[in-house]
This record gives sequence, C-alpha cells and structure tokens, in this order.
Amino acid sequence: MSPERKATIMSEEQINNLEKQFEERIARDEKIEPKDWMPEKYRKTHIRQMSQHAHSEIVGMLPEGNWITRAPSLRRKVALLAKVQDEAGHGLYLYSATETLGISRDEMYEQLHTGKAKYSSIFNYPTITWADMGAIGWLVDGAAIINQVPLCNTSYGPYARAMIRVCKEESFHQRQGFEIMLKLSNGTPEQKEMAQDALNRWWWPALMMLGPTDAESVHTEQSMKWKLKRKSNDDLRQQFIDQTVPQADILGLTIPDPDLKWNEERGSYDFGEINWDEFWQVVKGHGPCNKERMKARVGAWERGEWVRDAAMAYAEKSQERKKKQVV
Amino acid sequence: MSELQLRFQIQIQIHMKKWPLWEVFVRSKNGLEHRHFGSLHAADADMALENARDVYTRRNEGVSIWVVESKNITASNPEHNGEMFEPAQDKVYRHPTFYDLPDEVKHM
Ligand SMILES: [Fe+2]
Ligand SMILES: [Fe+2]
Repeated sequence: MSPERKATIMSEEQINNLEKQFEERIARDEKIEPKDWMPEKYRKTHIRQMSQHAHSEIVGMLPEGNWITRAPSLRRKVALLAKVQDEAGHGLYLYSATETLGISRDEMYEQLHTGKAKYSSIFNYPTITWADMGAIGWLVDGAAIINQVPLCNTSYGPYARAMIRVCKEESFHQRQGFEIMLKLSNGTPEQKEMAQDALNRWWWPALMMLGPTDAESVHTEQSMKWKLKRKSNDDLRQQFIDQTVPQADILGLTIPDPDLKWNEERGSYDFGEINWDEFWQVVKGHGPCNKERMKARVGAWERGEWVRDAAMAYAEKSQERKKKQVV
Repeated sequence: MSELQLRFQIQIQIHMKKWPLWEVFVRSKNGLEHRHFGSLHAADADMALENARDVYTRRNEGVSIWVVESKNITASNPEHNGEMFEPAQDKVYRHPTFYDLPDEVKHM
C-alpha cells in the first residue's frame, strides 16, 4: 500500500506517533531505507533535493563537454573525458537512488526539461577558455565536495550510499583542475593571465554554490534534523574560502575580492559582499547560458529517442525468438 | 487491420515502452560475495551488464557483475518486521553464551 493511501486510513494520532518514532530513529543515527514508512514531507523533500542533485551532475557535463575536442594535449583530453564520464555516473547513481522513493526516471527528466526542477546555477555560466576547465575542477568541484561530504552520513540510505561513491571520485576532479591552473600559472604571461581571468569569473559563482546566506535559507532546520545538512551554508562557505585562499597563493593568483583578509581573531578569512541579485537572477533562468543548457539537454534527449526505441524493439524481438526456440 | 496498421500499432506500443529497471550486484574481488551496488535502466540483460560495467565499475570496483530485473525481486515488507524477525529474539539458546561452562574449559 502506498504511504499516501495508508495515511488516509490512519488516524492523526497514529501518524503523529509514527512520525515521532521516525524522527527518533534518525536521531539515533539509524538509516531510513526505501520500503520503510516515512512522512510524506520527508519523501517529497528527498525527491526534490536528490533529483536536483542528479540534474546538476547531468547538466554539469555540458560546460566541460565544450572543451573535450579542444583539450591542449592527449593527457588533458583523457582526463577531461574521464571526469565528464564520472559526472554522468554521478547523475545515474543519484537518479536511481531517487527512483527508490517512487518517482520514475521519466518523470524526473520531464521536470528537468520543462524547467520545473532546478539544477545548480553554476552550470549556467559559459566556459570560454581552456583555463575554465582548470577553474571548474579546482573551484566548482571543490565547492561541490564541501557540500557533498556531509551527505555521506545523511539519513536516507540510498542517498548516503550514492554520495559515498560520488565523494570517492571527486578528489580526482579537483586535482586535475588544480593541475591545469598550476601549469597555466607557471606558463607564459598570457597563460597566467588566462588562469587569472578564469579565477576572476568563477570565484563568486563558486561561493554562491554553497547556497543562500543562513538568514535567507528556508529549509535549514528541517534539513539539519534529517541530516540533509550538517553545517549551515555560511559555515560551509567559510570553510571553502579558508581552504581555497592558500591554494590560490600557491598558484600565485589573486582572488578577486578586495575585502578578503585574514582575521586573526576568528582564525578565518573575512570576505566581501556576495552579489545575491545575480544569484537569484541565474536561479530564475536569466543567467548567461540557462537557455543554451536546456536546449542542449532536451535536444540530446530527443535525438536519442530512436536509439532508445530501437534498443527496446531489439530486446523484445530477441525475447520472442528465444521463446520460439524453446517451443 | 492491415499489416501496415498492425505494424504501426506495434511501433506505438514499443515507443511507449520504457527501458526497465535492473538491480546491479558486484563482486569486488574473488572471495567476497556479490553486493548490491545500485540500479540502472537498460533494454535487455546484455545492455544492463554493459551499462553496469560503465556506471559502477569504472575504477576496477569489480571482477563479476550480476544484473536482475527489479520486478523479479520479492522483498520482505519492513512493516511486518515484527512477525518476520522477532521470533529469533527470544531464542538465546542459539548463542554460545547461553551455555554455562566452568572456567577451566579452554578453547571452546
Ligand atoms: Fe559529480
Ligand atoms: Fe566532479
């Protein structure tokens, strides 16, 4: 029986009781598995967050895919290909984990393609030079790791297991990006300038990846309870800045923030104001590449339709043939 | 119905059919059991195996893969965990610590 149907025949008191037991299980660090009873809100919140996460992995392939054919060497090319293929894998782990909550793959694609579901805004920025491949690996995958590591301990079993696999693979992504930045920074003046330019363009959007400020973040308390979140957005952002600034120093590049300075007392970096108007504009679909990304994604899906159908037709024919042979 | 119409009908049915869901089990090395790794969509078993290799074993995570169509798995219902698993709880005599032996007995 589906949880909704069950809810209609259970008294309110019974549901409250179940919810209380449910919250206690999570507080005890027990995992929730697909067939367990769960509050409708838990199911919906997880479908939203996990599918958004999956969409981000899939759309995230597009900005980098742009450079696969133009990578400057075979070494860079195989690395970038492997990285983009990993992102496809991450999307697939996450889609299949989300399906355990009772939504189909096709429904999720539909939500992405119609704009009903969101994906990470960072992928709506263009990749205009090779250095962008370095900046994305270093900063975007770097910020993603900070977001993702705490999710390895989240309460929903299939999500936690998918995240463990994802996190294992991310560190190669960040290192290959940093290596690209390092090579460029130690190269010709033009190459170094290219690296600096990429840092200038990706720094602020990367900070925005850690989410709106705590004051504006609506879901935080509930998410903390369900272990969808362990630290607040602002804490995660601080962590990202504190670990990234020394890395920029190693590269000999300047972080594009005049207000950035070490705060002895806090043991952290102070930093400048983030342009949240820009963030919300991109979320609402007015970023530089929102339309282009969706066009590429939907186009790939539609152009692949005949392949999916042909594979299905072939599978059914072979089944038929096998059956006939048995008779 | 003409043959052409019939074929068209079949085409539509095929078109409506989505790739089914498969569960993937991977043996990470000989000596270990196959463990559930996740699931994926594929048109048939051969494709499911190939996709499983690409999705779940890109870094030598396995030496053997099983795929089984998800609809063929029968699972116990956690709501019946009481009837299902509690009977084992009061059977302490199934554990070695239930038996009183003098301390002098070694290696048992
Ligand atoms: Fe990823
Ligand atoms: Fe990544």
